[in-house]
Amino acid sequence: MVKITVDRDVCQNYGQCCFEAVGVFALDDEGTMHYQAEVEEALREDVERAADVCPMQAITVV
Amino acid sequence: MNGVVVVGAGLGGLRAAESLRAAGYQGPVTVVGDEEYLPYSRPPLSKEALATGIDVSALEFRRKSSVDDVAWRLGSGVVSSDLAGGTITLADGTVLDFDGLVIASGIRPRRLPIPGPAQGRHVLRTVADAQALRGLLVPGSHVIIMGAGFIGCETAATARVLGAEVAIVAIDDEPMARPLGAELGASMRRYHEGHGVHFHLGHTVDAFLGEDRVRSVALSDGTELPADLVIEAVGSITNTNWLADNDLDLSDGVLVDSAMQAHADAAPVVAVGDVARHPNALFDGVPRRIEHWNMPTETGRRAGRTLAALLSGDEPDRSPFTAMPSFWSDQYERKLQSFGMPGLATDVRLVDGDIDGACIVEYVNDTGLVGVVGLDRTQDLAPYRKQLMDRPIAYA
Repeated sequence: MVKITVDRDVCQNYGQCCFEAVGVFALDDEGTMHYQAEVEEALREDVERAADVCPMQAITVV
Repeated sequence: MNGVVVVGAGLGGLRAAESLRAAGYQGPVTVVGDEEYLPYSRPPLSKEALATGIDVSALEFRRKSSVDDVAWRLGSGVVSSDLAGGTITLADGTVLDFDGLVIASGIRPRRLPIPGPAQGRHVLRTVADAQALRGLLVPGSHVIIMGAGFIGCETAATARVLGAEVAIVAIDDEPMARPLGAELGASMRRYHEGHGVHFHLGHTVDAFLGEDRVRSVALSDGTELPADLVIEAVGSITNTNWLADNDLDLSDGVLVDSAMQAHADAAPVVAVGDVARHPNALFDGVPRRIEHWNMPTETGRRAGRTLAALLSGDEPDRSPFTAMPSFWSDQYERKLQSFGMPGLATDVRLVDGDIDGACIVEYVNDTGLVGVVGLDRTQDLAPYRKQLMDRPIAYA
C-alpha cells in the first residue's frame, strides 16, 4: 500500500494534486482538499506526480 | 565516462535528473546552479515568503532518493559552452566535460533601460530578491510595481496586505489581460482597486527620480508618483548567453522537438522548463515557451527519458508531446486556476458564476476550447480539463 500524509500547516488548498491523482485527492465544494491516507500500489505513480506538483511540497508519500 | 551535466538547479533540472535515473541511466550526473540553493519552489516568494519570512529549507523541493548521488555544484553560473566538444565552462573557470547535457538554465527578470538611480529598484525571481524586499513592504511605504502580469499583481496583493501603499504602472489596458482576456482582467483590476491598489494603465515609466536612490517615478503622461521602492515585473529574458556559437536556434529560448531534444551537431542535448521552446500537440504544435507551473516537471520527465535513450544508443520516443499547461495564482482571498492555453483564444466567455466573484471562464478559438480559468472554482474545473485533454492531436 502507498501511505500518504499531507502537512496541513503547509497545505494551501491549491488543488494541483487533485488533477494528478484523481480520486485520491479531491477538493470539496468549499475548495478544501481531502485525501485518502492509504491507496493501492497501482496508484503510486499518480500519487508521486501529485506530490511532485504540490506548490507547497506538503505531500509525503511512503 | 563524463556523464550528464544539468545546467540549472531549478525544478526542471531536478525533474530531468530524476527522470534520467527512472529511465535507467546510471552514469554520473552533475547539476550546476548559479544560486547557492538546492532546487526550491519559487511561487511562494511573491506570497507567503514575503509576508512571513523566508525559510529556504521549507521551500526546497522533495528530491527522490534516486538523485542522492547527484553532484550539486551550486553558486557558480555557466559562462560558455562547446557542445560539439562536450564541455561547459563555469564562472569560476572550471571546465566540465559531458556526454549528455540538460539545458535547464531558465529565465531572469527583464530590466528596462530607464534613467535614474539604481538604488530602490527591485525584481522578484530568486530567494535573494525576496530577501532584499523583506522588511521594505511596511505600512505607509510607497511601492511602485511596474508590470501588471501575474508576478506584479501577486506582489501588489502581498504588499497591500502588509500595509504598503501600492501603485501599478503598466502599458497594458487591463492587468493580466494577455493570459486572461480583458473582461477577467478588468474584474481583477476592480478587485485590486477594492483593496486600495492604484492603477496607471496605458503608461510607462520615463524616469526614476532621486539623488542617491529612487524617491519618485515619472510616468509617460507627466504624472509623478512618490516611491520608496520600485518592483519591476515586466517579463523575462531566457538565460541562453552561455549557449551562443553552438548552432542552436536561440531565437526565443532553446528550440527543441517533441522529445525535448535540441538539434545541435553535437553530443546529446535536451532542454527543459522555462527556457525550452517546445511543441505541444494538445494545441497547435507550434513551439512555444510556456512559463507555467507544471511545465518544468512535464518537460523534465520527457527530457530525462530522451537523454537516457540517446546515451544508450537508442532512438528516443518522439511521439507527440501532450502536456496540459496549468498554473494558479493567489491574490488576497482569490484563487485563480488556469488550464490549457487561454492566450490562444479568439473568444472568451463567462460560462458560470459572476465575473466579479467566483466564476468559470472558457477560452475558445476555431479549434474549440483552448483554455479554462476558474476564479475560486478550482473544485469545478475537472470536466473542462478533461475536455482540453481530449482535444485532437495537432501536428505543426
